[in-house]
Amino acid sequence: MPGDTPLLWALRDGLNLTGTKYGCGVAACGACTVHVDGVAVRSCQLALGDVAGAVTTIEGLGTPDAMHAVQAAWVQHQVAQCGYCQSGQVMQAAALLAETPAPSDVQIDDAMGGNLCRCGTYPRIKAAVLTAATALRG
Amino acid sequence: MGKVKTIARRTFLVGSVAILGGVAFGTYAYKKPIANPIAGKAAAITPYVLIDASGVTLITPRAEMGQGVQTTLAALLAEEMDLDWDQVRVMHGPASRAYFNAAILEEGVPFAPTNDSWLAETARGAMHIPAKFLGMQITGGSSSTPDAYEKMRAAGAVARVALVSAAARRTGLAEDDLRTERGAVVLPDGVRIDYVDLAVDAAASDLPDVPPLRARAAWRLLGRSLPRVDMVAKVTGTAQFTADIRHPGMLFATARSNPGLWAGVASYDATAALTMPGVVAVVPVPNGVAVVAASTWAAFKAMEAVEIEWEAAPYAATDGEMRAEVAASFVAERQDSRKRDDGDVDSVLTADAFAAEYAVPYLAHATMEPMTAGAWLEAGRLRVWAGNQLPTQVLKEAAAITGLDEAAIDVETPVMGGGFGRRAEMDFIKQAITVAKAMEGRPVLLTWTREEDMTHDAYRPMAMARVRGAVADGKVAFDLHLAAPAVMESQMGRLGMNIPGPDATIVQGAWEQPYGFADYRVTGYRVPAGVPVGSWRSVGASQNAFFHESAVDELAHLAGVDPLEFRLSQIAHDPSRKVLEAVAAACDWGNTPAGRARGLAFCLSFGVPTAQVIEVAQTPAGLRMTNAWAAVDVGVALDPANIEAQVQGGMIYGLSAAISGEITFANGYVQQTNFPDYDGLRMWQCPSIAVQILENGTKIRGIGEPGTPPAAPALANAIFALTGQRIRALPLNKAIDFA
Repeated sequence: MPGDTPLLWALRDGLNLTGTKYGCGVAACGACTVHVDGVAVRSCQLALGDVAGAVTTIEGLGTPDAMHAVQAAWVQHQVAQCGYCQSGQVMQAAALLAETPAPSDVQIDDAMGGNLCRCGTYPRIKAAVLTAATALRG
Repeated sequence: MGKVKTIARRTFLVGSVAILGGVAFGTYAYKKPIANPIAGKAAAITPYVLIDASGVTLITPRAEMGQGVQTTLAALLAEEMDLDWDQVRVMHGPASRAYFNAAILEEGVPFAPTNDSWLAETARGAMHIPAKFLGMQITGGSSSTPDAYEKMRAAGAVARVALVSAAARRTGLAEDDLRTERGAVVLPDGVRIDYVDLAVDAAASDLPDVPPLRARAAWRLLGRSLPRVDMVAKVTGTAQFTADIRHPGMLFATARSNPGLWAGVASYDATAALTMPGVVAVVPVPNGVAVVAASTWAAFKAMEAVEIEWEAAPYAATDGEMRAEVAASFVAERQDSRKRDDGDVDSVLTADAFAAEYAVPYLAHATMEPMTAGAWLEAGRLRVWAGNQLPTQVLKEAAAITGLDEAAIDVETPVMGGGFGRRAEMDFIKQAITVAKAMEGRPVLLTWTREEDMTHDAYRPMAMARVRGAVADGKVAFDLHLAAPAVMESQMGRLGMNIPGPDATIVQGAWEQPYGFADYRVTGYRVPAGVPVGSWRSVGASQNAFFHESAVDELAHLAGVDPLEFRLSQIAHDPSRKVLEAVAAACDWGNTPAGRARGLAFCLSFGVPTAQVIEVAQTPAGLRMTNAWAAVDVGVALDPANIEAQVQGGMIYGLSAAISGEITFANGYVQQTNFPDYDGLRMWQCPSIAVQILENGTKIRGIGEPGTPPAAPALANAIFALTGQRIRALPLNKAIDFA
């Protein structure tokens, strides 16, 4: 694919890694969040040619048989409704907890504020982030 | 019952409705069987249960758009079949008239949901017959659970009996000596015969009568919070939404539609677009033009290079003109209904009575997943995969576009990234099928950009209310006039259907409220059709609860009575009173922490009494919601954790709209194009929400929508309580700053 193709579309249409979602194309909703060297980025805004680092998508974070602690917490709290934003929410939360193992309420709000959920799963997202933080700290 | 015995296995569904819905077999056409749509695919015992070598699959023929319906529907079947939850697999199933929704039309009967009289029940029952004639397989109207509650338990029970009967024939034992457990028939000596091994025999015999359904006390799965069947897939990125389904040689498309809504294309020039990298074709589609390319991104880029001349849309140019038309509709010639007229408001309300006007704007659905549909026409067969709320309508549209017989068309309904009513529209699906026809032999996935999605919705209508009222000696006079375009006329009209009579959506969530005001009148006025409008989560109740409950709050204030006390003194329906009492107890109403204030609102919608309290505080950054409480009564709570999630989500959806939701028009075009212009609530704005679930109602109810209507008035009433500012027009952020 041409180097100006956003990473999002290279993942989805080029590599068939469809866990990363298209929501807005303007970095306003967070549905396309992936990690580049562990940092959460909006893949709709990152051109393929500008990717410098290891990309982790939701498929690489964990699998149904071997879930990441964040995903396990999401299941424990039964977070998802439609689920379309949840790949991005999970990736954003995993990046937050890697950086900030014991986030405050305000830190969670700040980190997750760019991830829109139209189903309104925020109360459970917040509870799941706290559960995952505890699990990850061991 | 005798008649039902003679009905063959494949007509089971009709039979079960006849028994359980209490509907007489009125006409030959109603009795005429609908073929079992999954017959011939492994062993189909009923249209809801499919057993093959790998196990039992439960068909849950309502679209999963986040509301958890496939989990609850599967539990209804699994409960009666004695399946354990870890054995349950579900699929939506094909588009078929067999999966018609009998409950959806009940909202249209001229009886309040609180009216359990014989006449009201008979009218509701009679709606089951036209529902089948229409053959509507529809997900909406919070109707899936009421529709399925008996039907799917009966299907599970019949499947279980058929399996037991097959085991009895095979072993020579009496059916009474056999029991079922964990997906197997168990013989007296403990030997287990798996359902899988019995399925072919069971499917070959006539279905038995429906046995008595299990008493609630014996439920193992229902009434419990179950892990959702789609949860693990949705948090690991493995759930397959429409755009995640891949076929060999698939092409990627996008479309641009006339920004003048539902109008056509005058001409277009694709010369430049066709030279761009990856572009395969440019195809005219209904209301627009599509680009087909090697990737979605290539299609998006090339779409911008197509020059299109649009036809003019036949409605007003600006929302200002539209508002003037709504305001001009409170006249006798436009009166659509007066479904409530108790006492005599005209003689009680004098010139000095309280009077106010309220207004709400157009709203977009703004689902997280933009409109997306796939289609593949090859060798005389068409396959359509698209998240949608009306699979049988997709079948119809596909047949009309391709000329194929419906039997040559398969419609798949993947999980969808939000519906809220938007995916009951066919526009994007018709476009995908049209592209597939032009690209015969190649699978095509058509994805709208967010900008197309935001500017091409079937919007929640702009609406207004005028109210007059008075309180004297504890007696309330309340005269509510509601003006809105007819959502059903607009929406069903796009499906080629004509809905005669008053449009129930204009007064929904207002006329049937269980207040016992001495003088109480609700009049609906039909605003002439303009911008196409559609069903938006809770439909008419989404605006009418704001009108009704803001006005009730104003009257309480004028009367000098606490808003809770005022409502409790007027409510005339016991389950409704109890949700008010429950929410008040939960928040310790009357003991608000210093510096904060609370607003209360109530709405009975889709048969569910719902009360909500929102607490607000002023901060240096603006107003903040600090806490929220809700109480609902669903009659029977099948999955408490899911009900909680729906109430929280419905409330947040309503609050998003209340605070900032507004679609405006200039030159006939929608001005908001993406989330920065039309945002939803973000996590930091969201209060904690405590939900209580009551079961005092006489019937089971659905909960996808009832959480939405009281949210806006509860917040507006809280703002009044905190600031003394009464905001009568939404969105609220035009009048007040939020943190």
